[in-house]
Amino acid sequence: MADLQYQGHLHNLQKELMAEYYADLTASAEGSGVPAAYLLIGGNPVELLRAFDILPVFPEVNALQLAVRKQSLPHIQAAEFMGYSSDNCAYVKADIGMYFAGRKTPFATIPEPTLLLCNYVGCNVYLDWFGHLSEYTGRPAFQLDIPFIRTQSGTPSRDDIIYVLRQLERLVELCEEITGKRLDQDRLRESVRLSSETGALWSKIKHLTKQAPAPYDAYFDSVTMMAPLYCLRGTPQGLRFFETAYAELAEKAAAGVGPLETERFRYVIEGPPPWPHLRTFRDMFSRWNAVAVASTYSTVGGLWEFGFVHDPDHPMESIARHLLEWNLTNRNFLQRYAQIERYLEEWNASALVIHSVKSCRLFSAGQGDMREYFTKRGIPTLLVESDLEDPRYFSEAQMRNRIDAFFESVGHRTAVQGASS
Amino acid sequence: MNTPVLQESLEELVERCTLAVETPGFAEAEAWKREAPCRAIAGCFPVYSPVELFHAAGMLPVGLAGGGNRMEIAHADSRFQSFVCSIVKSTLEQGMTGALSSFDALIFHSICDPARNLASVYARNFPDQKVEYIHFPQNLGTPEATGYLAREYERVMVSMSELTGRQVSFDDVRASISTYNQVRSVIRDLYAIRSDTPHLLKTRELYPLVRYGHLVPPERHLEVLLRAREGILAREGRPKDRIRALLVGSFCEQPPLDLIAAIEDAGCYLVDDDFLQGRRWFTRDVDAEADDPYYALADAYVDRSVPCAVKHDIRTSKADALVERARVHRADAVIVLCAKFCEPALFEYPLYRKALQAAALPHISLEFEEKMWVFDRIKTEIETFVESLLFS
Repeated sequence: MADLQYQGHLHNLQKELMAEYYADLTASAEGSGVPAAYLLIGGNPVELLRAFDILPVFPEVNALQLAVRKQSLPHIQAAEFMGYSSDNCAYVKADIGMYFAGRKTPFATIPEPTLLLCNYVGCNVYLDWFGHLSEYTGRPAFQLDIPFIRTQSGTPSRDDIIYVLRQLERLVELCEEITGKRLDQDRLRESVRLSSETGALWSKIKHLTKQAPAPYDAYFDSVTMMAPLYCLRGTPQGLRFFETAYAELAEKAAAGVGPLETERFRYVIEGPPPWPHLRTFRDMFSRWNAVAVASTYSTVGGLWEFGFVHDPDHPMESIARHLLEWNLTNRNFLQRYAQIERYLEEWNASALVIHSVKSCRLFSAGQGDMREYFTKRGIPTLLVESDLEDPRYFSEAQMRNRIDAFFESVGHRTAVQGASS
Repeated sequence: MNTPVLQESLEELVERCTLAVETPGFAEAEAWKREAPCRAIAGCFPVYSPVELFHAAGMLPVGLAGGGNRMEIAHADSRFQSFVCSIVKSTLEQGMTGALSSFDALIFHSICDPARNLASVYARNFPDQKVEYIHFPQNLGTPEATGYLAREYERVMVSMSELTGRQVSFDDVRASISTYNQVRSVIRDLYAIRSDTPHLLKTRELYPLVRYGHLVPPERHLEVLLRAREGILAREGRPKDRIRALLVGSFCEQPPLDLIAAIEDAGCYLVDDDFLQGRRWFTRDVDAEADDPYYALADAYVDRSVPCAVKHDIRTSKADALVERARVHRADAVIVLCAKFCEPALFEYPLYRKALQAAALPHISLEFEEKMWVFDRIKTEIETFVESLLFS
C-alpha cells in the first residue's frame, strides 16, 4: 500500500516513452532518414505505417501539447493573421502557426511530412487541415475516405468495408513507392497483434472504473494515457506501457484506492478537455470529490471497451473495421447518446457533464439536444462551453460557478432522494 | 399551381418567384402533394442533392435553404450552440414549428460536421419522418469513388421506394435525369447571359428565378425559366460604370435577397456566384441514356461537377479554380461572402487570399447571416471597395 502513489510508476514510464517518441520525431526532422507521415487520431491505421517503418506524427497531439504548455496562442494568432477565422478549429490554427514558426516546439522539432495521410474519420475539418498542409508543404496527400455510419443498424455495410479495403490497398502501394519496400505481411500482422493486445489491456483498464471508488479518473487520467495509446500503438513500447498501466491500476482497484480521498460523485463527461486550462478544470471537479468514471473523448481513437480488438489473422479488414465502426468520431451522434447511456448504467454514474468546445463542431454541434435527451430521462446534466486549444475561450470564474452550482444541486437531489427512500 | 406562366412578363415572373422564395412555408409543394394520393415530399439539405432519385421515385424534391430573415429561432437555439451556423438551426426550427410537417423524408449529406449531427438530431426529434444521409466520396481521385457513390444512390433509392411503395426502373431514373438536364441547361444559359450582359439581368432577378426550383416540380420550373429567358433576351440596355465581381462563399446558407440587391447597388455587376450551387452542380449534362443511370449520376458528381468548399478533390486546387473562374468571367474583383460560422467556407479563405494576391486580383472578405436585417454596413464596405477600384 505504501508505494501506491497517485503519480505512480506509469506516469514516469509515460514521460519516458513519450520523450523517446518525440526524440524520434526530432531525429527525423534533423535528417535521420526515417520518413514521417502525418495522420489523425480518429480511428487511424497506424499499424500499416508501422509495417513500413514510417514514423507517425499526430498534429492533434502536437497541438494539444502546445496548449497544455500554454504555447498555443501565438501560433493561433499567426494563423489568424494568414486569414484563418476565429471560427476555424484552433487545433488547425495552432498546428499551421507552429509549422510556419519552423516546427520547433518545447517537446520536439516536428519533421516535414513525407506523406500526409488524411484518415477522414468523422471530421470534415481533417480534410481541410490536410489539404492546407499539402498546399504549404508541397507533399502528397492521401485522403482515406471513410463513410460515416448512417445505417439503422449502426454498422457499416459490406459496400463500405470493401470500399475502405480497396483504398487501403492503394495506400499500401503509395507507402511502397515512398519507402521503396514491399509490404511485409509478417510485420503488419505483428504490429496488428501488438495493437490487439494493447487494445485489450486498455479495455480492461476502462472497465476498472466500474467499481467504487474508481481507481483513476476516466477523463483527466484517460486523456493522458491517450498519448501512448495513439503515438505508440502497434509497438512493443506501447504494449509495455499498457501492461504496466493495467497492473498498477488493477492494484489500486484491488486496494480500494482512488484519485481522491473520498468519492462523492460519479459522473460521465462528454467532449474534449480544455487543454490550456486542464489543471484548473480538473480542480473544479476534484474540490467536489467528483470522479469521471467514463468519458466519450477517450474513445475518439477507438472503442475497445465495447469489444473491438484488432485481428492479426485479418489485419487489413480489422484496420478497416476500426476506421469505419470502432471509434467514436465515425459513429453518428445518436450512437454517442447510446454510448453515454451505457456508461451511466454500467459504470454506475449519476450525472452527465457536457463540455462543449467551439473548435470541434463534430463533437459539439447539437449537444443542446443531447442535454435535452438526458435531462428528460432524469439524469442531472450540465453543459459548459470553452475550447480545446484556444485559451481565450475559457472563463474560469463562470465555469467554476456553473460546476459548483451543478454539484450543489446534484448533492441536494441525492440527499432528498436518500431521505425519502 | 395553374397560373398561366406563358402569359406573364419577365417582371411578373420574377415577382412571382421572389414572393414564393420570400414567403415562409412550402405552399406550392403542399398543394402539389394534395393533388394526388401517394405523392410525397423529400426535403433536401444543401448543398447538392441527387434530386433525380426522388423525382424518379414519384416525390417532389424540395430544396431546404434555411429560414431567411423572417423566421425567429426560438427553439433550435437550445439544441445547437451559438457558434453553429444559422441554417442548421433554422432547419431544425422549421421542423419544430411544423413548417416541415408535410415532408415525408429529409435528406442530409456529408458536407460539414454540424449538418451531420443535424441529421441525427432531426431523426431523433421527428421519428415519423424518414431521414437519409448520403455519403459523398471524399477522395474523388480513387477509382472506386464512382462505383461506390452509384451503390450509395441505389441504397437511397431502395429507402425511398419503401417509403412511396413504388418500384423505380432505370427508365424512370433516366427520364428524371433528362428533365433535370433541361432545367440545368436553361440555368446555365441564364448565368451565361448575366455574365456576358449583366446590365440585362440583375442577380436579384436571376436568384429568385433559380431558387423557385427549390419549391416546385422541375417541369414547372422549366416552364418559368424558359419564359424568363425569352423575356431577358428581348431586353435592351446599356452597361453602367460598375465593377464586374465574382462572389463566392455562399453555397449553403443563403443571404437575404436584400443583401444581394445591396451588393449590386453598391456598384457591382455580379458576373458569377455560388448561390444555390447545388442547382448548377454539373458542368455538362448527365448522361440520360446510360445503361446504369445511377452510375451516370455518380460519374457526373465525381468528374464533372463544380469545385465547392464542401467537396474535397485533391486532384485540383480550388484556389486555382477560383482564379481561373475570375478570368473566364472577366471579373475585376472577387467578393468572398461567407455565412457566419460556416467552417468549410471560412477554411477556403486563407488559400483563396494567397492565390488572389498572387494573381493580383483585388478581393474583399465579408460575412453574412441569413437572418440579417440591416445591410448598411456591408453596403458601405462594398461601396468603398468598389470606389477604390474604380478610382485607383
